[in-house]
Amino acid sequence: MNQFQMLEYAAWALSAVLGLWMLLDMIKTNRTYDEDLLTSSKEGQIDDALVIDPPHQGGHK
Amino acid sequence: MTQTTAIHGEKISLLRVLGPAHVWALGVGIVLVGEFMGWNFAVGKGGAVAALIACWVAGLLYTCVAMIDSEVTSTVAAAGGQYAQAKHIVGPLMAFNVGLYLVFAYTMLEAANAITLGYLVQTVGTMAGFADVHDKPFIVLTIMFLAWLNYRGVYATLTLNLVLTAIAFSAVVILFAATKPWTHDMLNHQAFLNGLPYGWVGVIASLHFGLWYYLGIEGTCQAAEEVRSPARSLPLGTMTGMITLLIAATMTWYVCSGLMPWEYLGQATTPLFDAARLTGSAPLMVLLFVGTVFSTLASANGCINDASRAWFSMGRDRYLPTWFGAVHPKNRTPYRSIVFLVPVAVIFAYFAPLDQVITFSILSGLLGYTYMSLNVMIFRRKWPLNTIRRGYIHPFHPLPALVLLFLCSVTYFAVFLGYGTQLIAMMIFFAVASLWFHFHRYKYVRRGDQFTMQWPRPAGY
Repeated sequence: MNQFQMLEYAAWALSAVLGLWMLLDMIKTNRTYDEDLLTSSKEGQIDDALVIDPPHQGGHK
Repeated sequence: MTQTTAIHGEKISLLRVLGPAHVWALGVGIVLVGEFMGWNFAVGKGGAVAALIACWVAGLLYTCVAMIDSEVTSTVAAAGGQYAQAKHIVGPLMAFNVGLYLVFAYTMLEAANAITLGYLVQTVGTMAGFADVHDKPFIVLTIMFLAWLNYRGVYATLTLNLVLTAIAFSAVVILFAATKPWTHDMLNHQAFLNGLPYGWVGVIASLHFGLWYYLGIEGTCQAAEEVRSPARSLPLGTMTGMITLLIAATMTWYVCSGLMPWEYLGQATTPLFDAARLTGSAPLMVLLFVGTVFSTLASANGCINDASRAWFSMGRDRYLPTWFGAVHPKNRTPYRSIVFLVPVAVIFAYFAPLDQVITFSILSGLLGYTYMSLNVMIFRRKWPLNTIRRGYIHPFHPLPALVLLFLCSVTYFAVFLGYGTQLIAMMIFFAVASLWFHFHRYKYVRRGDQFTMQWPRPAGY
């Protein structure tokens, strides 16, 4: 195996890691949060008082 | 402890963190790769002079696009860009089609960029003396890495685009200056320019790839829900982006056509890199190689951003399953749309030939531009000036819209000359998709909820 082939395997491995990372995080997020909250975004609305960032503001389950 | 359910009135939205520089980086970042490769196929269609005419005619087309887009977007500031505009101004069926044009144009462009990046790495491997080198691992890695970046957050994504695009644009300017365009030491246009070898038919044919100089600049308005001041940032970012591209396109043509004969330039894979090689300067070669790689990455990155916003917006309005309309609570990105479009881009990048992928992207873009010319005329008729607040008012209406419509018609003919089958296939696909939407999907749409703008009743209604 030459160096370029090692680079190719590294590219495949990194791709798999990144893909799995996104997939697992998506599944985890889908399970952790209520669907109504995740799909609560409304088109063009700018109302910062109502926009929350749950992990940063704490809250309740 | 984290909040996992919605309490009354609370919602998660996309994050408003972007400024005009990010908008510029999004628009120019998507397009600038066209200067590093692709535009020169216009030379092959009709000679170097035809490519210059195509460059400026396409420049006029896109100036009309940028002007029209700036006015409408500064009024309809919503993710989804032209999709949201079509929904409010023309109607749901038009909006569904425009949404598909956007997703196709950007996903195909993303796939084309990934193919190009894989090719560049493969070329480096071959030049380094390695045998049996493959491009596929790097094609997939490009898409995965940039999708991951987009998944993590819009600010880092478009800040990276700003850096990549600024370096790539600087590389074009430095190459232009290094060839001393004020002398004839390096550039020899008199020897290389040969008029119009295929006459004016060649000029029309070259328009097909002339679009490549600017294709995607209209993507700036996809950031509408993520910029801090949409009415100011979007027109500013779009118009400065267009000026940047006109300068870069003209410089690129001037340098390349003064260094290479049209027979070579018309089929070169990386014309700006080849121009740097012809100067004999090693630092310039490195700079232009870096510029080529960076512009390709920036383009794919911006395409993922734009395609996912369009798909997300359609999901949010129930034009597609609402599942796609979700926002990540931590990253504040349309994460499901980003993940869903990854395999689509990988499949096209892995299996489809580059010229087909590019043509599907151009055709989707062209359909979108045709819609824009009609859209702005309907917009001005239904909501005349002073009936709603506009962040920007484009001058000389309806001249830009009519010019755009005319140039789109000519370009359809140009595409038909080279890729008639693909053009017809794409038209059939959109016709079938429209029937599906009209007879099946539209019954799931909440008809009142999709119209969110606080506008007065349109004139005549």
